[in-house]
Amino acid sequence: MPGNELTRFTLPNGLRVVLAPDPTAPVVGVSVHYDVGFRSEPEGRTGFAHLFEHLMFQGSESLEKLAHFRHVQSSGGTFNGSTHPDYTDYFEVLPSAGLERALFLEADRMRAPKITAENLANQIDVVKEEIRLNVLNRPYGGFPWILLPPVLYQTFPNAHNGYGDFTELESANLDDCAQFFDTYYAPANAVLTVAGDLDVERTRDLIDRHFGDVPARSAPDRPSFGEPRPAGQLESEHVDPHAPLPALAIGYRMPDPIAELDGYLANLVLASVLTEGDASRLQQRLVLREPLVTDVNAACGLFGPFEARDPDTFTITAVHSPDVTQDRVLAAVDDELEKLATTAPSDQELAKVVARWVAGLHREHDRLVSRTLALGSFELLYGDPGLVYQLTDRLSAVTPDAVSAAAKGLRPDSRAVLIVSPAGGEK
Amino acid sequence: MTFRTAAEIGRTEKGPRPLPELGDQRSATGLTSVDTVLDNGLRVIAVHQPTVPMAEVRLRIPFAGTDRRHSAIAEVLAATILTGTQRRDRVAMDTDLALVGGELGAGVDPERLAMGGNALASGLDTLLDVLADALTGAAYRDEEVEGERARLVERIAVARSQPSVIAREALQRHRYGDHPFTRETPEAADVATVTADEVRAMHRESVLPRGSVLVFVGDIAPDTVIAKIGAALAGWSSDKSAVELPDLPDVVGGDVLFVPRPGAVQSQLRLSAQAIRRTDPRYPALQLANLTYGGFFSSRLVENIREDKGYTYHARSSLEFTVRGATLLVDADTASEVTAPALLEMRYELGRLGAVPPTAEEVDTVRQYAIGSLLISTASQTGLASQLAALAPLGLGTDWLVEHPDRLAQVTAEQIAEAAREFFSPTRFTGVVVGDGAQLPALRSLGGVVE
Repeated sequence: MPGNELTRFTLPNGLRVVLAPDPTAPVVGVSVHYDVGFRSEPEGRTGFAHLFEHLMFQGSESLEKLAHFRHVQSSGGTFNGSTHPDYTDYFEVLPSAGLERALFLEADRMRAPKITAENLANQIDVVKEEIRLNVLNRPYGGFPWILLPPVLYQTFPNAHNGYGDFTELESANLDDCAQFFDTYYAPANAVLTVAGDLDVERTRDLIDRHFGDVPARSAPDRPSFGEPRPAGQLESEHVDPHAPLPALAIGYRMPDPIAELDGYLANLVLASVLTEGDASRLQQRLVLREPLVTDVNAACGLFGPFEARDPDTFTITAVHSPDVTQDRVLAAVDDELEKLATTAPSDQELAKVVARWVAGLHREHDRLVSRTLALGSFELLYGDPGLVYQLTDRLSAVTPDAVSAAAKGLRPDSRAVLIVSPAGGEK
Repeated sequence: MTFRTAAEIGRTEKGPRPLPELGDQRSATGLTSVDTVLDNGLRVIAVHQPTVPMAEVRLRIPFAGTDRRHSAIAEVLAATILTGTQRRDRVAMDTDLALVGGELGAGVDPERLAMGGNALASGLDTLLDVLADALTGAAYRDEEVEGERARLVERIAVARSQPSVIAREALQRHRYGDHPFTRETPEAADVATVTADEVRAMHRESVLPRGSVLVFVGDIAPDTVIAKIGAALAGWSSDKSAVELPDLPDVVGGDVLFVPRPGAVQSQLRLSAQAIRRTDPRYPALQLANLTYGGFFSSRLVENIREDKGYTYHARSSLEFTVRGATLLVDADTASEVTAPALLEMRYELGRLGAVPPTAEEVDTVRQYAIGSLLISTASQTGLASQLAALAPLGLGTDWLVEHPDRLAQVTAEQIAEAAREFFSPTRFTGVVVGDGAQLPALRSLGGVVE
């Protein structure tokens, strides 16, 4: 397939670079992944990694406030950034004439972001509106990504709310910003990815020109976020002022996404066997046959797979009628997991899952923005961007017994159960 | 370890650097496509875009109805059309699709029944077969209708607890009263009484090829696909045409309606005004005027109420198209305490767009953005399929897409200024604000807000 040949190199300042030429369409994607996410933010500063992501758009030495957006969009391009558990990414997708501009914009803020008290105050307000919109003012806000981790995990990095507490966001100051940037936004702690309509040699020259003199700083030590698995079933209830129906989230620990990739992929296949399509196990049992729930979903990772290092979370979520008790839902889930643990799924069940995964990966890679970001995050997390193109084969190689073993690993005596109770709902 | 200050971080010895010029832009390669009408009246557009070995399908069936129960029956029909046929039960539908990496879904709104999906290109025949099977042989078994009906009642309750849905329903009623276009979410009580017989009857009467459009995009040969579709859908026929939505009245400017939502921590602001269709010669100018107002990040509205004042995370203006018309929509969600000032700024920017027309720099930015973002969105199979599915019901197709960058390039600054004056005058707009009245004492003092 076009775009599968990768060029990788590292600049003297430590910046890792991935180039993925693909001439199919005259557009190009540029992304920078920094190896810091909300699991690394300091105690007392919840939400800081995400707030800092906003500040990286607020201007740099060569760019006034608003200039970044205007330069991308007046080049016909789009942009965004997002904060994940273990990394923060920034990207532009543009008609390929804008390639050098995108490199310039990313280099300028990697070298010298202009962080002012005024912009900090402005973006604290914007982030608070974002949290009101996505969490506080809607039903099931933060379900399960904010609500489940404090039940499943005990340590601050894994358990805390990555969107942040309003009072902690409001207390962020310029020194916090400077310290966070100097610690985590070093070129040696970042990956630059360029994919699409590009010439490799010319792009190398442009990268040297724009990123070559970003001063080297040492990459920070990366702590392990490991913690013991729960020794029982941990439970908690959240009262949702807007929700009309009760909901349930079950959280389990999973194999290490990096060190135990094959085990992780078996969990990915298991999630699909459980809830992907009308013929899947939990859709059949919980939604169609009994029926106990309105919707059910199983997933690897709180934001999807390949977003985090260890520990990562396997979730099963369901919204159900108030007439159904949570115990009935739990018992049915446990029963289906037990069946899979005892008897491996059929070859046809796996063939269906794998074909849908292959198709899904094709569709994801067809969108240049997704492909660029996937290459960057796999370089960052796995040191191997080419793994993006091998996932299809690796998933195809998952055996029925491996899926059975994954089901066995989701134990009732080592998990978190979060219950969302409606507080009356909308009138 | 010692750290620099924020001020030290923001400057280097070399100082600010100049922005690089844009390089040369290669144009997109041409599209190979076929656009034809089958004997049964179905329009089919097939486009060869082999970026990945997939095929995307979109079907749009005009599906309007004036009966009070129409939206409830239509919603159950959309939820059950893919749950089994004479030949396949629900599990077989899903299994056949899954084995070729495929998926199909259905949804309905007051204008159209929409079906869409995809499969590995090697599984095109299966995808077509399952789609044709549903269109010509959907069984609507009693147990599937009853099960989906019960789930819909719960999903409707969840939908109506979303502030965005509450605001949309209020805006629709405020703009269009009781027109069928307002019935986007049916009443749970109506859905609860829909019978399988009613759904089967609606399928016979309304799931019709004449007037509908089917779009295929992917690693496919258009001529072959057309022939296959003709064969697969040979049994789908009727002399009648699919039913288009009755004409909508023009949106008339007027007071903004306040809709109470006690306990809300944020308010929904929604403004709307009458606009014009894509085929109108003034459309490209309106598109660029809208971008300048609030249609993208570097717009006056976003730079004002988000980046300057911090009133909102998300503010936007956009064009909403129906087959025979279009409207402008402006929306933002803001904290209660800044709701009144945000509405004031939205109105101020509406007036300013006419009074202080887009500058040369603004015109250049919105033009490049409109051309570039179209190029980006049509570079993927899913993007191209969705664009065509939106254009096709308006009688447009790939030609319109291919020619549109040139249309945008030709628009003059004066035409954009004229569109700004004509369409963005504040008095042309009406709208709704949803929020907690107790926290919004300043709202009424703005004027033009009623309860």
